[in-house]
Amino acid sequence: MDQLRRIFMQNAGAIAAALVAGLIKPASLWAAAWNKPAFEAKALADALKGIGATDATPSSDILIKAPDLAENGARVQIEITSKIPGTRTMAIIAEKNPFPLVASFEFADGAEAFVSTYIKMGESANVRAVVNADGKIYTAAKEVRVTIGGCGA
Amino acid sequence: MAEAMKIRAQMQGEIADIRVLIIHPMETGQRKDAKGEAIPIHFIKQVTATLNGRMVLDAQWSQGIAKNPFLGFKIKGAKAGDKVSVSWTDNKGEANSIETAIAAAN
Repeated sequence: MDQLRRIFMQNAGAIAAALVAGLIKPASLWAAAWNKPAFEAKALADALKGIGATDATPSSDILIKAPDLAENGARVQIEITSKIPGTRTMAIIAEKNPFPLVASFEFADGAEAFVSTYIKMGESANVRAVVNADGKIYTAAKEVRVTIGGCGA
Repeated sequence: MAEAMKIRAQMQGEIADIRVLIIHPMETGQRKDAKGEAIPIHFIKQVTATLNGRMVLDAQWSQGIAKNPFLGFKIKGAKAGDKVSVSWTDNKGEANSIETAIAAAN
């Protein structure tokens, strides 16, 4: 038993060391680093630059489902589907928000190029989707009119 | 925190439809309390989803996601009984996760 325990403890030590060294990663640590320059950008151009979308190609294969008129900017439903083959990432941008980049999603094998969520909108603006498919950048936008802005909410 | 997350996962044909609700204030840092003092920014930065332990979705969020966030996504190649897990981390280092088995189609 002592020997078994010793072996176990040795392995436990090795596992702990591997965790520290980053050799074994819990799921949350696989994640990409939070894109600080893009998320903290206040200007739309800087947010687009931060996600590498300064030269995006408009695409009608990105479908944005959002209300034409949102009474409450604190909770605006957005659904985005990309029909572009090889879609790997998708970003949601509310162009006139104090911080325009709202979210960025990376799809691994198995995930459909689709997300549904609710965002805040400070005022009426384009909601823009930016998609990276096989290294090429595509974009589409839909205007949402907001009755009561939601950034103070 | 009880009831801090809810998840529903169900097959729809060949695709699993996943819906997650997270109870979280998603404070923008721009609001003031009754005394006129700024409420500190507090928001979920990262959400990850796995299917049977393998990452399928990696999301980065700003404070622009609405309070009590909802996330819907879809996984193809999944089947009823597969395990879907969703976890989040916020800017204060708080975190939570939830796991469920995908239900068969109705």
